[in-house]
Amino acid sequence: MMTRANEVTPINSTLGTAVAASNVQRSFNGRDVLKGVNLTIKGDEFVALLGRSGTGKSTLLRILGGLDADYEGDVLVPQRRAVVFQESRLIPWQRVLANVVLGLGTGNGGRAALKARGLEALGEVGLAEHAHDWPLTLSGGESQRVALARALVREPQLMLLDEPFGALDALTRIKMHALLQRLCARHRPAVLLVTHDVDEAILLADRAVVLVEGEIALDTRIDVEHPRDRSDPAFVELRNRLLKELGVQEVDARPSLLHTASDVETEFNNRYKQSFR
Amino acid sequence: MSVIDLVTRKSSNEDEKSNSSDVITLTHPIPKRRRRTSLRVPRLVRRVVGPLIVLALWQWSCSAGVFTSFEVASPIAVIDAARELWNQGVLQSNLLISLRRVAEGLGVGVTVGVIFAVLSGLFRVGEDLVDPVIQAARAVPILGLVPLAIIWFGVGELPKIFLIALGSTFAIYINTFAGIRGVDTKLVEAGQTFGLSRWGLVRRIILPGALPSFLVGLRLALVGSWLIVIVAEEINAQSGIGYLIMQAQTTDRTDIMMMGLAIYAILGLLADALVRLLERRLLSWRRTFAGA
Ligand SMILES: Nc1ncnc2c1ncn2[C@@H]1O[C@H](COP(=O)(O)OP(=O)(O)O)[C@@H](O)[C@H]1O
Ligand SMILES: [Mg+2]
Repeated sequence: MMTRANEVTPINSTLGTAVAASNVQRSFNGRDVLKGVNLTIKGDEFVALLGRSGTGKSTLLRILGGLDADYEGDVLVPQRRAVVFQESRLIPWQRVLANVVLGLGTGNGGRAALKARGLEALGEVGLAEHAHDWPLTLSGGESQRVALARALVREPQLMLLDEPFGALDALTRIKMHALLQRLCARHRPAVLLVTHDVDEAILLADRAVVLVEGEIALDTRIDVEHPRDRSDPAFVELRNRLLKELGVQEVDARPSLLHTASDVETEFNNRYKQSFR
Repeated sequence: MSVIDLVTRKSSNEDEKSNSSDVITLTHPIPKRRRRTSLRVPRLVRRVVGPLIVLALWQWSCSAGVFTSFEVASPIAVIDAARELWNQGVLQSNLLISLRRVAEGLGVGVTVGVIFAVLSGLFRVGEDLVDPVIQAARAVPILGLVPLAIIWFGVGELPKIFLIALGSTFAIYINTFAGIRGVDTKLVEAGQTFGLSRWGLVRRIILPGALPSFLVGLRLALVGSWLIVIVAEEINAQSGIGYLIMQAQTTDRTDIMMMGLAIYAILGLLADALVRLLERRLLSWRRTFAGA
């Protein structure tokens, strides 16, 4: 149950590269899941990794996070990394603050300094007043914000996010997008965001990478102007391109039938969201 | 659905009013929880009501002559016997001795059980070496070991403590082991990614995660140890509550025998309350169903 954390070689940070992965392969029981993935991420780049369910997105992310040592190929990552999973994975028997500073040494400032650091990170996600609560009393969105704080407090050079908003409701997700953008603007880590939501990828990332059957099928810059708007023609065009790459056919829009927000949402789901969840 | 849609829908409904089977009638109010403000009985009171009823029935059946006083002593007779022995100083000293045996035996049993559970819970090699031995030993009836224990440890305190330890250790081992193996790997993985050392993982994640199961084991172990102490004291002892019971048999004092049993019952209740208290203190992070 306790596999030794993979000793991934730290990258020399002056190169300004946060991930250099070449020819990464991984198979489970003789079945090739990753078939030679090449991926380079620059020091402050925000990359979205898209792919249908089961294409190996999490597998790749776990390798980059040092959680899976049974891979082939070469992987270089910086020393300070942090992961946020789809489930918050907070330790239920540790208070929120203890969860945030989990595994951090007390350093030269001692306990008080560590506590202050944790509280500051919690403040950044707006949860300082929950520092002494038990994790199980938090809502799903709050838990994910704590998980973000736990990642940020380490000042990571590389943040690995595995569908961090996948289990949240639509409204909470919108708030989390804004929060993540704010935090990234301030801390400037390199980010690899695994998602199955094409709109989320286009809204947040500088670059989109599509994984199809264990290989990178598309790797494109996202040149939609900020602030990004779903109705921007560039947005729509890129969305169609990505969906096509994911093998999802978009039905002709029938705007005359859409009246309320919930109709739009339903239509959205019917057209493509559910098909590759 | 648009506003216009709603309006047209409404008018068409009016046309069909004659078709009464389609008209919804509101007949099912959703039951609400009744407010319990006036009749709020404290938990403790509710918990003693059951035993009190049993006591009352017991006293009544004795007074009504269902049993002779030789067969069954009434609660009042039992209390009188307790008072008599207390005044002689016999009750206190023997109770203390039994308590001490249980505490020592339980201490050894819990320690050994936890150590082996941690060894085989954390390490595959440990499991392969330890688990088969414990599973086999568990199948041996402890009371069958009484004569051997006397040969090995003589007639002093040691055989009794040995038997009590044995009677409590398996429940601790099995539950703690299951608890360790039941810790969510996702949490262990999270601990790893955030830089916990191996020992940090064990101390902060694995052992606390196994604590609920350990406490279940502790409850069973407490019951087991009281069970063993009475047998050990009845078979071979010059002191203890079990010894008092055996003595009472030779003098036909049913009231003292039943007093001994009542003491075990009360101690069992207290031990259970103690573990409940521990659970409340140690597992306050849990939000689980606590009964309606
Ligand atoms: N530990 C494992 N053992 C066996 N198969 C696995 C394991 N982890 C992942 N897989 C398989 O690898 C494939 C890719 O999984 P994953 O990376 O989780 O996909 P996703 O892109 O949805 O994140 C799936 O078919 C999954 O069943
Ligand atoms: Mg996944």
